[in-house]
Amino acid sequence: MSEVTLQAWRSNSLLAFHRKMLRDKPLGGIGGLIFALFLFCGIFADLIAPYGMNETDMRRVLQAPSLAHWMGTDHIGRDVFSRILHGAQLSVIIGFLAAGLATILSIVLGVLTGYFGGKADMLIQRFVDAWMTFPDLVLLIVVVSIVGPGKGQIIIILGCLYGIAGSRIIRGSTIAVRENMYTHAAQSMGATTLHILWFHVLPNVMPVVIVLFTTRVGAVILAEAGLSFLGLGIPPPVPSWGSMLSGGGRTYMYVGPWLALAPGLALTVVVYSINVYGDALRDMLDPRMRGR
Amino acid sequence: MSDNNILEVKDLQVHFPVTEGLLKRRVGSIAAVNGVSFHIKRGETFSLVGESGCGKSTTALSVLKMQSVTGGQIIFDGKDITQHSPGQMRRIRQKMQMVYQDPFGSLNPRMKIGSIIGEPLRIHGLAGDKEQYHARIASLMKTVGLLKDMAERYPHEFSGGQRQRICIARALALDPKLIICDEPVSALDVSIQAQVVNLLMDLQERLGLTYLFIAHDLSVVRHISNRVAVMYLGKIVEEADRDTLFRTPKHPYTKALLAAVPEADPELEAQRAEQLIIGEIPSLRSPPSGCTFHTRCSQALPTCKQYEPSPRTDGSSTIACHLYT
Repeated sequence: MSEVTLQAWRSNSLLAFHRKMLRDKPLGGIGGLIFALFLFCGIFADLIAPYGMNETDMRRVLQAPSLAHWMGTDHIGRDVFSRILHGAQLSVIIGFLAAGLATILSIVLGVLTGYFGGKADMLIQRFVDAWMTFPDLVLLIVVVSIVGPGKGQIIIILGCLYGIAGSRIIRGSTIAVRENMYTHAAQSMGATTLHILWFHVLPNVMPVVIVLFTTRVGAVILAEAGLSFLGLGIPPPVPSWGSMLSGGGRTYMYVGPWLALAPGLALTVVVYSINVYGDALRDMLDPRMRGR
Repeated sequence: MSDNNILEVKDLQVHFPVTEGLLKRRVGSIAAVNGVSFHIKRGETFSLVGESGCGKSTTALSVLKMQSVTGGQIIFDGKDITQHSPGQMRRIRQKMQMVYQDPFGSLNPRMKIGSIIGEPLRIHGLAGDKEQYHARIASLMKTVGLLKDMAERYPHEFSGGQRQRICIARALALDPKLIICDEPVSALDVSIQAQVVNLLMDLQERLGLTYLFIAHDLSVVRHISNRVAVMYLGKIVEEADRDTLFRTPKHPYTKALLAAVPEADPELEAQRAEQLIIGEIPSLRSPPSGCTFHTRCSQALPTCKQYEPSPRTDGSSTIACHLYT
């Protein structure tokens, strides 16, 4: 490892870290850049969107992309680009909160059952088995039709759905870490269980957690789009990439293909970039991989 | 008991249940350690040797109470710790530390060396202020022959021998009275083994440490030990001071183990006595009757099959064998 990169590590700055990522893992770095752009758009959608999200202009209906409307207009004359930006905002909120909830739930369930094992592990994991046999979509549709559509409901439902299923992955790697001699050694030094979980188990399941979180962000954004596509997600007129696909996108696909292409591409690019960024993050944070 | 002993183990029994089926029905048990007694004097090195599976590591883990004990007594530093709760053991563990066989697995790959060595101090709230803590880590690293600036590195950047030095530094952090070394050099290259063994001996001299040393490599044991106990199938078959055991081994199993040490000189190797040990180690699930070694012993008597020999002191060694009764 060269002096320069060592310095970068010592300074521990986020910028230097990502500059190094861009150099060592270009794909992941670019994924990170797109991801950052997506975050930026989501957070500042209100400021950067050229038009209001529900501003209609009936004189300009179904216009092809132009300088005035970068992604064209939809069937009631709304600017698609502005709606994509506002849709990003929704996706950021739902993606992060639901994936965050899912990851925390997975860690708590997975680490506890994996580390302690025994009867509680047996009971909880049989419940997880049963949970995983339900098709996601059916479960979602049933719950949404009971509690009604809305941002909060979707976050909690998706968080629980992915959190419970993901606990199995964390549990597996917790068991692998628990069997390592260093947890044994810590115990023989007189460490408390809490100390072992916090300083030995958690840091070593972190690579899995990072990948789990980033894939969950993608999955949750997709699931929300799917729900909105089915009309069970965020009620209109709030723009969600999913409802944009199902609403104008599907109906006017032949007249104005940009209506379907714009949200579809946005989804694809964001989900893909989050996944490659997550992989790069995992590799970069592993001390054994540094300097390679 | 005399105050001279740091550790005394009396008739230690460790049995593992054998379970079957979904309901974990208990169908029997394995006696991994079956009536082991020994004592370790302050400042000496006591070695447990034997083939793998003979219960030497289980004995070590029981002393630390990392393994639940079925029967017997463990007296550490004058206190009976057999019935100690996990909370009480936490305090006792300050005084006994362990060095493990695998220096690659026993260091957390995500911790820097400095924080690994300082971990016992942090666990027991003895870290003090930042300056004291760092000074302590630096002095520990110096003690085991590591450079101060290595504290900022990660375990994967070190070789096996250096890692074992890190493990030793970590074990020394709390000024323990007893260090349990579970095959500390078996995973290392022969050239590095000598360095680590010499470091251990040097530390013993300087810091007055006591070692419980577990190994299967007899040349290492001969180099480091004061007293040696030979284990076979969960029992100690012979215990003696080092010179007695290596010069005049008495138990047929000890003789066989010593005869199995390879000879470097090919001419001497050719003249070596015939094989003294036959067959494989029997299953612990159904140990042989009488003396457990009779199935493999070249000198077995008819009584060996029926009666278990009780340990007898003969001169400076204690042997459990019918040939010496």
